[in-house]
Amino acid sequence: MIPLALVVIPALSAGLAYWLRSGRARSRVLITCGVVHLLLVAAIWIEGDHAVAASGWLAADALGRIVLTLVSILFLAVAHYSVGYHAEQRARGGRRGRAFESCILAFLAAASLVTLSHHLALLWIGMEATTLAIAPLVFDRRDRRSLEAVWKYLVLSSVGIAFALLGIFLLATAQPTGAEGGRPLVFGDMIQHARQLDPAWLRAAFVFVAIGFGTKMGLAPMHAWKPDTYGEAPGHVAGLMAGALTSCAFLGLARVTAIAFAAGQGAFVRPVLIGLGLTSLVIAAAFIVGQGDVRRMLAYSSVEHMGILVLGLGLGGAGAYGAVLHTLNNGLAKGLMFLTAANIVLAMGTSVASEIRGLLRILPASGALLVIGLFAVTGSPPFGLFISEFTILRAAFTEQHPWIAASTILLLVVIFVGIAGMILELAYGKPVPSHAARGGGGSTERASLVVAPALLAAMVLLLGVYIPAPLADALARAAAVLGGHAP
Amino acid sequence: MTSLTELILFLVVLSDFAVLGTSRLSSCIRAVALQGLLLGLLPLVIDESLTRHAVGLALGTVAVKAIVLPAFLRWAIREAAVRREVEPLIGYTASIALGIAALAVAFAVANVLPMRGGEAELLIPTALVTVMIGLTVLITRAKALLQVVGYLMLENGIYLFGLTQARRVPFLVEAGVLLDVFVGVFIMGIVVFHINREFDSISAARLTELHE
Repeated sequence: MIPLALVVIPALSAGLAYWLRSGRARSRVLITCGVVHLLLVAAIWIEGDHAVAASGWLAADALGRIVLTLVSILFLAVAHYSVGYHAEQRARGGRRGRAFESCILAFLAAASLVTLSHHLALLWIGMEATTLAIAPLVFDRRDRRSLEAVWKYLVLSSVGIAFALLGIFLLATAQPTGAEGGRPLVFGDMIQHARQLDPAWLRAAFVFVAIGFGTKMGLAPMHAWKPDTYGEAPGHVAGLMAGALTSCAFLGLARVTAIAFAAGQGAFVRPVLIGLGLTSLVIAAAFIVGQGDVRRMLAYSSVEHMGILVLGLGLGGAGAYGAVLHTLNNGLAKGLMFLTAANIVLAMGTSVASEIRGLLRILPASGALLVIGLFAVTGSPPFGLFISEFTILRAAFTEQHPWIAASTILLLVVIFVGIAGMILELAYGKPVPSHAARGGGGSTERASLVVAPALLAAMVLLLGVYIPAPLADALARAAAVLGGHAP
Repeated sequence: MTSLTELILFLVVLSDFAVLGTSRLSSCIRAVALQGLLLGLLPLVIDESLTRHAVGLALGTVAVKAIVLPAFLRWAIREAAVRREVEPLIGYTASIALGIAALAVAFAVANVLPMRGGEAELLIPTALVTVMIGLTVLITRAKALLQVVGYLMLENGIYLFGLTQARRVPFLVEAGVLLDVFVGVFIMGIVVFHINREFDSISAARLTELHE
């Protein structure tokens, strides 16, 4: 019953929040729901694979459980941050709409549905619902630029996800009717009876699903919506998208990939995934170097990490283990970076890099978090992303792809130089007095705006030095589903 | 039964071309509403027996795709005082030519695909051509409202494809897909409304402030 509760409770809270008139009451609903959700996720870890609901349509296997945990942690962090953010905005006389809490709670319900669905069409419904729930939040400032961003986001994502639906119908067509095919579109049954799937339909299905969920992940060349959307959405909303939404889309792609592997289509699937991964790395490197806006730079960093995920999935072996671990690490690091970026925009009134200098002096806590985040997102030791990227790179060597490993390392170095060049200048440069004054002096940082990113930073750091035994076990089992193994 | 199915599918293709060829926004919306109605009739004629599943699907489809969404789009035109012409980026003749090419490709592809039998022969090519013409409308029309129409046609094509699997996909799933399309078009409609107020025209071609 717990899986059902994880979807229903946020959905009902979304309705409740819309009905409440007082902003403080809505915040209370938001935080309570986030805490309850996280507690239920903890219960799922204790219950293990027995947590099944709706006659096997909803279940928490190792892979889904890891993404679910990431979604739940990020949601609570963003929810906590948003209370301080809205208080700060109110203090400056800004107005805000009533819909924020409802939309973000609806997003939590939909994302939980994606992670728990073992029926692929149900997974699609959740995926589309996440898109729609978050769209009104992109249009937060209600000006031309955010209008353009939300339109691009809606049209590209909707068309992409329509292709994913076509892919899922094609997958159903690949399944033989009757008992020998298993229940239609149920993940476990499809894996079990994968050899009965028709190869032609299965390949067509994989291509459409890769385009569809690849668009939602923001893999190049389907990433056009990403810099605009992350650049215009409020920082914490962008953090939730870059950390949680893209991870859910990766989960959808990973499930269909697992079916294709089980059906013996690895030779067709792997080059597609590796190609998408390398393209994303190249595009990210090209646009990060010389990027002039902090949030757009982070959007291209997200394109980079999505590329690393599909690269790990495509390489197989220990790469699959690395990809699942990287999902967790990247999600937490993106939450950290976007929340910190939101603090900067709040204080300086801009995210244009050339107008921001000397952050360590103006905003000591956020400035320090930004520098920590720089080393976290670029995969430097001792952060978690170093471990997962290293695992994937080593898999490239052991799976006989030295050229892929070499070009990936080169691109990662270019990206490191690009990101470090921008962020170190922001942190250490000489403050520009006029801009420091624009944000109301910026001399005090609210503690409530620093707690959430600091905790996320601590988690990324922790994952770099120590992986708890239950998580290691879940990672190994998730990797096994994806045709790989623990390193 | 099959001849009736094929007649309906033929009319669906005609409505695709009607959207490609007309210059008036309201005619496009009428064509897509007609397409929704035809799509709603299909589950009733394809299945030999009238199951509760087929009737529920038919009612839901007609309500959403033939009545509510077209009415909402008409509301958006009226409230946003949109100019009534389509303003395509390519001419109507070229649009129709693209449509005919899409039709040829659809039949060629459908011939190659291995079928498991039991489905109406024209269903797959009709689905493919509707998807392709929906995409064409989405790309070649500058008006944001027509892009919504194109998206709706794309979804209609995928729905047609889903009908080949209708007996195996549970009702809950179809209801969920319909709900998502409904909410999606609704949110798009509201954004279209805002675009018109901000830019004094719902032309997506003017959305050019964000770039590298």
